[in-house]
Amino acid sequence: MPTKDTATTPRLEVRKTYKLYIGGAFPRSESGRSYVVNNAKGKFLANASQASRKDARDAVVAARKAFGGWHARTAYNRGQVLYRIAEVMEGRHQQFSAEVAAGEGLSISKARAVVDASIDRWVWYAGWADKLAQVVGSSNPVAGPYFDFSLPEATGVVAVLAPQDSSLLGLTSVIAPAIVSGNTVVAVSSYERPLPAVTLGEVMATSDVPGGVVNLLTGSASEIGPWLASHDDVNAIDLCGITSDDEARDLEIAAAGNLKRVRRPAEEDWSADQGLSRLTQYLELKTVWHPIGV
Amino acid sequence: MSRFEYAPAPESRAIVDIKSSYGLFVNGQFVEATDGKPFKTVSPASEEVLAEVSEAGPADVDKAVRAARKAFDKVWGPMSGKDRAKYLFRIARLIQERSRELAVLESLDNGKPIRESRDVDIPLVAAHFFYYAGWADKLEYAGVGDDPQPWGVAGQVIPWNFPMLMLAWKIAPALAAGNTVVLKPAETTPLTALAFAEICQQADLPPGVVNIVTGAGRTGQALVEHPDVDKVAFTGSTDVGRATAKSVAGTRKAVTLELGGKAANIVFEDAPIDQTIEGIVNGIFFNQGHVCCAGSRLLVQESVYDEVLARLKRRMGTLRVGDPLDKNTDIGAINSAAQLAKIRELSQIGEDEGAERWSPECELPANGYWFPPTVFTGVSQAHRIAREEIFGPVLSVLTFRTPAEAVEKANNTPFGLSAGIWTEKGSRILWMANQLRAGVVWANTFNRFDPTSPFGGYKESGYGREGGRHGLEAYLAH
Repeated sequence: MPTKDTATTPRLEVRKTYKLYIGGAFPRSESGRSYVVNNAKGKFLANASQASRKDARDAVVAARKAFGGWHARTAYNRGQVLYRIAEVMEGRHQQFSAEVAAGEGLSISKARAVVDASIDRWVWYAGWADKLAQVVGSSNPVAGPYFDFSLPEATGVVAVLAPQDSSLLGLTSVIAPAIVSGNTVVAVSSYERPLPAVTLGEVMATSDVPGGVVNLLTGSASEIGPWLASHDDVNAIDLCGITSDDEARDLEIAAAGNLKRVRRPAEEDWSADQGLSRLTQYLELKTVWHPIGV
Repeated sequence: MSRFEYAPAPESRAIVDIKSSYGLFVNGQFVEATDGKPFKTVSPASEEVLAEVSEAGPADVDKAVRAARKAFDKVWGPMSGKDRAKYLFRIARLIQERSRELAVLESLDNGKPIRESRDVDIPLVAAHFFYYAGWADKLEYAGVGDDPQPWGVAGQVIPWNFPMLMLAWKIAPALAAGNTVVLKPAETTPLTALAFAEICQQADLPPGVVNIVTGAGRTGQALVEHPDVDKVAFTGSTDVGRATAKSVAGTRKAVTLELGGKAANIVFEDAPIDQTIEGIVNGIFFNQGHVCCAGSRLLVQESVYDEVLARLKRRMGTLRVGDPLDKNTDIGAINSAAQLAKIRELSQIGEDEGAERWSPECELPANGYWFPPTVFTGVSQAHRIAREEIFGPVLSVLTFRTPAEAVEKANNTPFGLSAGIWTEKGSRILWMANQLRAGVVWANTFNRFDPTSPFGGYKESGYGREGGRHGLEAYLAH
């Protein structure tokens, strides 16, 4: 015999555990730490894992391991994988909208527009995969019997300190341009608005993105940033999510240790067209002199 | 082994007129330094003092940056691209007209063989100005948008290994893009930069567009740290590159760095052997090995190791070390006493760590700084001579069996500037080039440069490219 009238009581929802995304798996922080995430009005939403230095290092190991395979994929294939991310995001549109609305304090219709823009941005970057070499490469008319050409290539492991304000569109706009060319990424999400990042990790896990290509850490960029900036197996760092000038300077100094390519924080309009600058930031140009002769 | 003896064939130095002392070139004039002591530049082949040169202190650097700013705001910035192009073409022609003199001056001050300064350095200098001259009125086609803008004032610091060529790599694209420059040549090789200042005067280049401040590390630091410099370009050691990256941290300055290397030169068993031996020699002994992209790690496929080594040693026995101004000289003087000490130290470490050292018998001049062409065999990847940049005529030889092993060893370095591949198989060239993590990959050649061809490194060899359209991009705001 039923104990309650299920027709009149709303169903008790099954909540999600928000975890990290490292090497294609969803671990909690090895530190055992979590922190409270509230919505824009201060009401409790969830406990997020608070990633530690060790989590960041594990993520770099996973990203480095994934780099060779991801970088070796054909551009066509990488483009399809990024497009697949957009497809899978469509299916979770409602969840993303709810998380963006709660975290960023937007109306649900505005949040939906942000999710639309985020999905469209994955599509835009997906299309770049097999066009970059034509747009930024060159053949060079050297004075000698050589076919001399220059091609862009991924720089390696990119650490991204994602924007604090724009928790999905901003996050998308800093990860997509790095991975489309074959880099792998360790991203630290917005501290106060980490939930869309965790959900994006779940999208990655189901979108043919090989484990380790995108690693998502929730927690404090100020805490984790210095370990990523000084990590000798990280090739580039985006300081986007750092809001203090002094902190940004210190991270740039730490990044000089192995001459990381550094993207400094700047005013950003995430709704605007993105241009090429984030794409080319994480590219190396390789020039090959091939002999010509009979 | 016997070798042909040649009669001396020195290039006359009468063509150069070196003044006893030089000031700084600021705002179109040679001026006295106000807060630095003069220093001497010597010929590394004889230790003879060539001239006394002014050291620019922070106040002098400030004057130069102000002059560059004023020229940028009032003259060079507003000038049409077409006119900027014409100035650069003029400079290219003046360099061609004075090429013999510049080559002699370069060999005197740097110690490199006249054959190289005459046939490689100075022709490339002219070619760089000629190439970038043509860009000045075509910037909207450079790939950075419809209305590309220069950064403003560029602070540029260059090394002593290719003094005038590095000046050209820095100044030509900067001016073409509409920037003005303050350039600091290396303290041991300032003379061709000062000759270039005269060329600017002969070209009637507006005052302040190019400023040359001579000095050592302190001067370079003052320039890089000057708050009114918008763009920093540095070529030199990875250590100073790191310091440069740190000193611009937290500013809005744009930076490009071209730093050290430890290039693998990879010889497969099907390589064209005679050409390969010449390429190995050119790879490591060109310019006394003072080349950031030098092929300092020779990777030889095991099956041809004995033959390659025997032929290489025979060829090394015919290299002529001596007077840089002699037209038959292959290897000139080491640039400075300090660099010679560093080469000696690392070579000693190579021996101490168990590698086998070999040099042909060769008589070195009594005065000046000299080091014989040297090869180390039995080198492992852990040896310091296989990991650190020696920046001298010292080659480390390692072996491999499969292409995959060659790739693994070649990429096993924090550097990533260049690499060489020797094979007759075109598909292997492209496969290897694809696998190598290096900015420049030469196949069946080495140490070849061209103004149209982008040059620069991966990883700790720096960032940004010089040469070609990509080299221009580094001087446009984006």
